[in-house]
Amino acid sequence: MAEVILDVQGLVKSYGGLMATDNVSLQVHENEVNAIIGPNGAGKTTLVSQLTGEISPDAGHVIFAGRDITTLPPHKRSHLGIARSFQITSVFLDLTILENAALAVQAHSGHSFHFLKPARDDITLTEQAMEILDRVGLADRAHLAARTVSHGEHRQLEIAMALASNPRMLFLDEPMAGMGPEESTRMTEFLQSIKGSVTILLIEHDMDAVFALADRITVLVYGKIIAVGAPEEIRNNAEVRQAYLGDGEEA
Amino acid sequence: MAGLKNSSSHKVGIAFRIVILAVCALMPVIAPLVGEPYWVDIFVRVMIWAIAAISLDLILGFGGMVSFGHAMFFGIGGYTVGILAYYDNFNGFIQWPVALLLSALVAAVVGAICMRTKGVYFIMITLAFAQMIYFLGVSAEEFGSDDGLTIYGRSEFKVGSLSLDLGDPMIFYYVVFFFLVVVLWFVHRLVNSRFGMVIRGMKSNEGRMAAIGFDPFRYKLTCFVIAGVICGLAGILMANSEEYVSPDMMHWTKSGELIFMVVLGGMGTVFGPLTGSLVFLFLSEILSNITHNWHLIFGPFLVLVVLFARRGIDGLFWGRGKPHG
Repeated sequence: MAEVILDVQGLVKSYGGLMATDNVSLQVHENEVNAIIGPNGAGKTTLVSQLTGEISPDAGHVIFAGRDITTLPPHKRSHLGIARSFQITSVFLDLTILENAALAVQAHSGHSFHFLKPARDDITLTEQAMEILDRVGLADRAHLAARTVSHGEHRQLEIAMALASNPRMLFLDEPMAGMGPEESTRMTEFLQSIKGSVTILLIEHDMDAVFALADRITVLVYGKIIAVGAPEEIRNNAEVRQAYLGDGEEA
Repeated sequence: MAGLKNSSSHKVGIAFRIVILAVCALMPVIAPLVGEPYWVDIFVRVMIWAIAAISLDLILGFGGMVSFGHAMFFGIGGYTVGILAYYDNFNGFIQWPVALLLSALVAAVVGAICMRTKGVYFIMITLAFAQMIYFLGVSAEEFGSDDGLTIYGRSEFKVGSLSLDLGDPMIFYYVVFFFLVVVLWFVHRLVNSRFGMVIRGMKSNEGRMAAIGFDPFRYKLTCFVIAGVICGLAGILMANSEEYVSPDMMHWTKSGELIFMVVLGGMGTVFGPLTGSLVFLFLSEILSNITHNWHLIFGPFLVLVVLFARRGIDGLFWGRGKPHG
């Protein structure tokens, strides 16, 4: 088995009486796709936000590539090789698609205390940004304002911006959220194409996508992990079926 | 590119800006011709306020930081010149760098504290700091308290036998114009640089900026300091122009007027604040000559601009196209 790249130890986060993350321990191996599934309100996004640094846990540790990053702010985690996409589209609506991607590239190409040289003429930024846009299929939309493109394209841009830093580990928070079936299929195919070259922790409600992509599945219910295993094991796990899959609602 | 199909409206927008700059450049010639020589004085004030408003727009319009205390830097720049002059130091090579350095220092300290808050809290804490500095001025009896401090002579710049006589109205006018153009140029370059893209990203979505690897604090604070220094420069020019400083120049209403100018002219554009300060100062001048209660007309006018010209007066000349940064 590949090396453990992310080691989550006894993570706890509570809001008042609500245990959003209830003593979660979890290991993700290098270059695997680990999917976290669970009903709405299971605490999936809260968990990911603690792993990427937006929320700090009440207790527990997050070890990434052998380093304790529990108290590290998001921007420092980014420079260790962690990237995320957001469930609610978080792109820069005032900028063009290309500028969005270029900013993400810029974050990882030296400091940004350059005050006079126009960033738009910075070939190194725009070339890399175009390359990433091309990979996710947005190259022909590059010069449109982000505000004007479709929801599906926003989701593609989300992924592009996460990939721009060439991360070791990618946290994808419902990349297919709000997508039509066709767009979902394309996104699944794209993630399939990068699978194996980067470690992915995937939160997704689209079970077709989860079962197509995941090497292992972690099931989270009320902030607690109730099962971890290969897709087949999870599909046949009685507890999981009862808690989540059992009622037959798969979307 | 996106701009091409709007080239005709871009022409109007650019022409409008050229006209305003040309009027600024030629006012000492125009004013006597039309028989309104005092317009020159108004334009000096317009240009100085514009420099301050442009610096505010850098943090407000581009950086998304709504500072309600920006006039504090007006005061710091002005009082530094005033106090040094009070102790008989009129040397511009000392006055100006000290004033700019102090502005930077105060901006760094105030900014570092304010950056820990967001939204309404940021507005309130910047206001609180400005009020602190305002009352510092009010309580400084040595420097005139409420009555302010008269400055007996403008900054002197002498190198050997060469000297720049700021006391000459014409020379002073063009020194102010020079700095206005430099600030316009500098901020325009700045907002389109790598640094500027980071600042605009912070305004748009700070969480995402952090997630892709930018430290929000460092960049926002740097931006705040740059804006503070530019506004400090405006304060220096103001003190020289009026030959007088008083706590009033950093009263919270002055910070409010700066925000008005930015919104009026066009928030998030480099040029808008100049248009804003021009319209603001001229309207208040004209209206206050008509009626003592000119605020009654001015207030609704501002409301109308905010409601119907969201991109400010400058934005009106850009059609549907996006105003150039």
